Amino acid sequence: MRIELVDIHKHFGPVRANDGVSLTLEPGAIHGLLGENGAGKTTLMKCLSGYLSPDRGAILADGQPLSFASPAEALRHGIGMLHQDPLDFPQMRVLDNFLLAFDHRFFPDRRRGKALLQELGTRFQFNLDPDAEVMSLTVGERQQLEMLRLLALGAQVIILDEPTTGISAPQKAQLFATLRRLAEEEGRSIVFVSHKLEEVEELCHRVTVLRHGKVTGEAEAPFQVNRLVEMMFGRSLPPTERVPVTPGPPVLEVEGLVVPSYQLTVEGVNLCVRAGEVVGLAGLEGSGQRLFLRACAGLERTAAGCIRVGGRDLTGAPYRRFLEAGVAYLPAGRLEEGLVGGLTLAEHFALAERRGPFFLNWAAARERAAAHIGRFNIVGRPDTPVEALSGGNQQRAMLALLPSRLNVLLMEHPTRGLDVESSNWVWEQLLARRAEGTAILFISADLDEILERSDRVVVFCGGRMSAPLEACRTTVEQLGYLIAGKDVGCEAGNVRRETEVG
Amino acid sequence: MDTSFLIQTLASIVAASTPVVLASIGETISEKSGVINLSLDGSIALSAMTAFAVAFTTGSVTLGILAAMAVGAFVALVVAFASITLRQQQVAVGFVLTLLCADLADFLGTPFVRKPGPEMPHLPVPYLSAIPLIGPILFDHNLFIYLSMLSIVATWWYIYKTQPGLKLQGVGERPEAAFARGVNVNRLRYLYCVVGGALVGLAGASYSLSIKLGWSHRHTFGIGWIALAIVIFGGWNPWRVAAGAYLFGLFKALGSILQRNPAFSGVPTQIFASAPFALMIFALLLVSSEGVDRLLALLPVRLARALDRAMRGRPPGGLGKPFVQG
Repeated sequence: MRIELVDIHKHFGPVRANDGVSLTLEPGAIHGLLGENGAGKTTLMKCLSGYLSPDRGAILADGQPLSFASPAEALRHGIGMLHQDPLDFPQMRVLDNFLLAFDHRFFPDRRRGKALLQELGTRFQFNLDPDAEVMSLTVGERQQLEMLRLLALGAQVIILDEPTTGISAPQKAQLFATLRRLAEEEGRSIVFVSHKLEEVEELCHRVTVLRHGKVTGEAEAPFQVNRLVEMMFGRSLPPTERVPVTPGPPVLEVEGLVVPSYQLTVEGVNLCVRAGEVVGLAGLEGSGQRLFLRACAGLERTAAGCIRVGGRDLTGAPYRRFLEAGVAYLPAGRLEEGLVGGLTLAEHFALAERRGPFFLNWAAARERAAAHIGRFNIVGRPDTPVEALSGGNQQRAMLALLPSRLNVLLMEHPTRGLDVESSNWVWEQLLARRAEGTAILFISADLDEILERSDRVVVFCGGRMSAPLEACRTTVEQLGYLIAGKDVGCEAGNVRRETEVG
Repeated sequence: MDTSFLIQTLASIVAASTPVVLASIGETISEKSGVINLSLDGSIALSAMTAFAVAFTTGSVTLGILAAMAVGAFVALVVAFASITLRQQQVAVGFVLTLLCADLADFLGTPFVRKPGPEMPHLPVPYLSAIPLIGPILFDHNLFIYLSMLSIVATWWYIYKTQPGLKLQGVGERPEAAFARGVNVNRLRYLYCVVGGALVGLAGASYSLSIKLGWSHRHTFGIGWIALAIVIFGGWNPWRVAAGAYLFGLFKALGSILQRNPAFSGVPTQIFASAPFALMIFALLLVSSEGVDRLLALLPVRLARALDRAMRGRPPGGLGKPFVQG
C-alpha cells in the first residue's frame, strides 16, 4: 500500500506543529522521519495513524483518500503506530493484552491466542512469556508485544516513534532485523521516526527531514550525513564578536559525578568552570543536561563524585547551603518552578528577602519591586500577579529576583519563547554578571545561541557528557553530530580536546 | 465452645457481611472501569430507605428491591455524568452526593421510622443446606445472601475470563490504550458505574429487608465507608475484596462475642467497635512489607508470581482520571 500525505497542517493554539507537510511512503521500504525534538514528527505520525485529526490536508492510500476518526479505524485500514512509551496495559498479562486487541468473542479462546502469540513470536524470534505481567517486561519486550499486536491485526504500514529509546543493544539489532524483514520480504511500509542520525543511516531506504513543522529535505540511501545534519539543524550564522573576559579562579568543580534518575543516569561528569566563564550545555531534551544542572544546584541526589563550589565541598549538601555559597538556579518552567503563581511582584520581592523581620514591611517591598521594575524594564506594576506577565517579563522578573552577588548562575533555556530583542536584553544582563565574576552554565536547544554566547560548550548524549569544546572553534554541524550521538564529526573538525570524559 | 454455637456464629457472620460484600463488589466493578463512586455511604442509606418504604407501601419485597437498585443506579449515573461527561473531580462529587443522599434518606424516610414491615423470606437451598457444617453456614439463608456470594464469583469470572471483562480492565487501566484498540471508553465507564451502583442499591435493600429490618435514623451509618476501604484493601480483586468484607465481619463478630465475655467487662465498647479497622490496617501492612518480597524471591517464579498477584493489589492506572475521547 502506497501512502501519500498531502499538505498536512496541524496547529495547537498558536503552535504550528505541522505546517504543510507532504510525503510519500512506498511499500517495501523503510522510511526515516528525522528531526529535532519538537520538529513535528510525532504529530505528523499521529495524524497518519488516527490519534489526531489534521486541521487541513489529505491522506491517500493508493490514490484513494482516507479519513479516520480513531486509531482503531486507522488500523482497520492497515495503519498502525508504535508509541515511544508502549501503549499497553501494564497490570495485565501479556496474553490478555494480546487477546484484548483482537479476539472479540465473549469467551476469548486463550489456547488459540497463546498459539498465535507463540507462532508470531517464533517467526520474529520474540520470546514473550504469555503469563508474565506486562509491567515486568522491559521496554523492548513491550515494544515487541505491541508489534505482534499490530501484525496480528494485519497492519501494512507500521510507524515506530523513537523505538530505540530505552531498549538494549541486542533488542535493537533484533528490531532492525525484524523491520528489514517486514519491509523487504513482506512488502510492508515502515516509518522509522528518530532523531538519531546513525540509526537512520543504518536502517532506512529513504528519509524525510522535518524542522519547525516543515519538510526541509528528502534523501535516498546512501545518505550524505552532513546534508542531513544541515537539514535538521539549519545553517549556522557567523559567530558575533564577544568581549573577552579573563577567567578567574575555579568556582565550580565537578568530579566523577553520577546522578541517578528513574529514566536516565548521568555518569562520569568532570567539569571545572572558572569565574566569569560561560558554559553552554547542548543536547536533545532528556539527555542528562537538566539532571546535571539541577545536581549542581543541589536539587538532585547524587550517587557518586563530588561538587565543589568556591573550593568548598558541597556534595550531598542541602539546597540551602548551595544558595549560601552563591549558587542560583533559574528553571525553564517560569510559572511552575521559578515563580509562585498567584503572588504579585511585590510579594515575590518580599519573599526573596531571606532574613527579613517577622512582620513584612510592605512599603519597602513595593518600593523594591518598583525599583526593579524600572531597572529591568518589566511591563507590570508591583501589584501585578506574575501569571499576568508575558513570558519575557516573567523571565525579566526572575532575573530581577536574583541576589546581587552570585558565584554560579545555572539557567535552563534562558531565552526560550522570547523575541530577539528580549533575548539580547537577557544576555546583556547575564554578560554583565559575568564581568563581575559569575560563572554561568546554561542549557539551550538553540545551537546558535549556545555557540554565540558561551566560552565553552559541552554536549550531553544519553547521560554522558562530551569533552568541553571551545565555542569559537566549533560549528553547529559538529554540535549536531555530537547531539545525535556521532563522534566522528568533531574529530574531523579543528576541535581541541581538553579532557577525556568517561 | 460447642459446634452448634460455632456454626451459628459463622452463619451469622456470612449473613451480616452481605451488605458490605454487595457494596464493595459493586464499587469494585465501578473502580475497575476507572470511576470512583464515593457516594456509597449515602447511596446505601437512600436505597435501604427506598427498599423498605416501597416494600412497606406495596407489600412487595421484589418491588422494594428493584426500587433500591434503581436508586443506587441513579446515584451512580449522577456520579458518572459529573465525572465522565462534565469531567469534574470524582471525589468531590461523590462526597457531596454522600451527604445529600444521607439527608434525603432521613427526610423522606421519616414516615417509615420503626414501623414493622415486610422481610425477605427465608429460603434454604434444597439439598445443599443439608450438607453438614457448610450447609447451615452458607446455604440456610435468604436470597440476598446467595446473591452476594454469586456476585463475587460472577464478577471475578466476568472480569478475568470474558472478553468484555478484559475491556473493562483495559478501560480502567489505561483508557488511551483501550481507545486505541477501538473500545468506547466512556460508554463502558458509564455502563459499569451504573451496574456497580445497582449492586450498591441491592446492598441497601439487603440491609433494611434482611439484616437490620426496617428503617430508622442513620440506619446504615458507616457501611459505605467500610466498603470503600475494603475495595482498596482488597486490591480491586473480587475474591480479595470479598475476603476483606468477611474478615471485617469476623472481626466485628469477635468483638461482640468478646464484649459479652465477663472477663472484658472493663474494656470500653468503642475498642471493640474500632478494633476491626486497626486489624485491617495491620493486615495490609503485613502484606505489603519487604519481608514478603524476600520470601517470594525464594519461591519458584510461577508460584511467586501467583502469590504476589493474589496478595498485592495495585489501583487501576486510570482510576479517577477523566478520559478525553477522540
